[in-house]
Amino acid sequence: MTAPAVPISVDRPVRRGARAGIDRVGLLVEAWLRAHTLVVYAFLYLPIVVVVVFSFNGTARRVTNWEGFSLRWYEYVLDNREVQRYLFNSFVVGVATAIIATVIGTMAALGLQRAPRWFRIPFDAVTYVSIIIPEIVIALATLVFFASTIGRDGVVTDITGVELGFGYHTIVSALSLFNISLVLLLVRARLAGMDRTHVEASFDLYGTPWRTFWQITFPQLLPAIVSGFLLSFTFAFDDYVITNFVNGRGTSTIPLYVFGQIRRGVTPATNTVAALMLLVTLTLLLGGQWLLTRNARRGGGRDQVGGVAGIVTEQQGG
Amino acid sequence: MTDVTPAALPRPAPAPVRPSRLLTGLLILPAGLWYLVLLVLPIAIVILFSFGERSPTGGYAGGFTVNNYATAFKNADPFLTSLSLSITGTVLCLLIGLPLAYFIATRAGRRKGLLIILLVIPFWTSFLIRTYAWLMILGPDGLAGPIGDLIGVQDFRILGTEFAVQLGLVYGYLPLMVFPLYVTLERMDRRLVEASKDLGAGRLATFRQVTFPIALPGVVTGCMLVFIPMMGEYVIPQILGYGRVFTVGNSLVLRFLESRNWPAGSAQAVGLILVMLLSVGFYVWFTNRGRRTRDQSVL
Repeated sequence: MTAPAVPISVDRPVRRGARAGIDRVGLLVEAWLRAHTLVVYAFLYLPIVVVVVFSFNGTARRVTNWEGFSLRWYEYVLDNREVQRYLFNSFVVGVATAIIATVIGTMAALGLQRAPRWFRIPFDAVTYVSIIIPEIVIALATLVFFASTIGRDGVVTDITGVELGFGYHTIVSALSLFNISLVLLLVRARLAGMDRTHVEASFDLYGTPWRTFWQITFPQLLPAIVSGFLLSFTFAFDDYVITNFVNGRGTSTIPLYVFGQIRRGVTPATNTVAALMLLVTLTLLLGGQWLLTRNARRGGGRDQVGGVAGIVTEQQGG
Repeated sequence: MTDVTPAALPRPAPAPVRPSRLLTGLLILPAGLWYLVLLVLPIAIVILFSFGERSPTGGYAGGFTVNNYATAFKNADPFLTSLSLSITGTVLCLLIGLPLAYFIATRAGRRKGLLIILLVIPFWTSFLIRTYAWLMILGPDGLAGPIGDLIGVQDFRILGTEFAVQLGLVYGYLPLMVFPLYVTLERMDRRLVEASKDLGAGRLATFRQVTFPIALPGVVTGCMLVFIPMMGEYVIPQILGYGRVFTVGNSLVLRFLESRNWPAGSAQAVGLILVMLLSVGFYVWFTNRGRRTRDQSVL
């Protein structure tokens, strides 16, 4: 760190003698900070790199026996009917959850802005509970709830005579809970930081509320909405805990396949499926990140982290 | 496009647009219903079941008893395991995360954005896969073999131990600790550090008296964000602990599914929810307390 030059008149005899020593400590601290950062990033990426590298393993037997680069497991996995079905289910669950969460979450954020305080405060509390409650608790609670309402001996089943049971609908509705709250918070943060002058200008120019919303507010909210959509898709696509407990016959998703493989014994194909999952979610999120930051830079870029990453970081910090 | 110039229209000055209450209500309604049906009702049922009795076939058979809580108290081992793993994990995340966040916020310069994105990427990748990766790394064909040879222990194992679970927890939740730390340190006025040094304070004193107090809200937020999900973690102990490291998460699943003792499981779930609420309560109290003292110091 470059400390400003010591003001001329300040006399610090004791300190001055020790100054060289202090700077050596300073250099050590700097070096340590740098090394620490490097090591932590290596730690964060090591597992991801291992999975991706071993997904190209040409071995026919053990996962960890490296036998040269090969795409054989990609061919195997992409040809595999079972994997295809699991992947398809993950896409269905991801897209449906993302749509529901984005629409309902955005609507709620817009509504809450105008809701009276007595309503907003308890509503916010519920929103935070839905985010912070341990996933395993909500998974089991939802399982018990579905089982005793629309399950085989459930109350709703007894009354209506129709057994809805478990399937896409239970997975998507359970996953939407967390993701609605996520979108709600992202969009609301954006609304709070929004420039109101354009909206007022639009009203001054006789813009109707409807047109003002679509022409002024919505474009400003779009980065948050897109981020919310992409994150919801990812969380639903990747989810294991909730999906594991509320899925129905034939609606298992790809994380459940991976977990099953871990249980039964890992094969080289497990790495390939894992790498494919990474490919899907990271392509989407990094694509979104790129699009959003590109637009932000055009509109007079700040030296800030933008896009989905910026929204995530700010949200966690706020 | 129906509007002409305002002058041509004999309309009065635009009244402030007051959106109807109906619209506000309709906008919030779907989310409200979702919360009611998929959060409030399931939790209410769990609370109800936690005071009930187990039916002979499993499930819930009504009645009122506090036995489930008594049993949960008597078999507190999974809770204690989770608590110890979570507290250690939170402290480790803080020790690792604070220097990292400090570096990114104050030393990274133009690479700040890149470093943050690199931190968010693991957070975006599937939790299951990141945990699974350690299965290979820590397995007998991974690190356990060479380490076993090195220390001369035949058949040395890392998987299935508390260490493996601890490592997985720290790995999984570290980014959640770094985000809030980064945000607070990034907002910090760096001149305070320089002022402290100009006034003759050493590095340690500056850190203790200036940087850390400023970062404290971020520290508390980070600790809470990390501690709560660690308490309820299920996947990591299952995969890296082989289910042998028996946490609350494992215990819950065992009660609900394998022994189908819904009331006993519910009592444990309520316990976990209480731990969560206590942590959040502490957090809210702490943030408000901090705000008040800061206001006072200004006056």
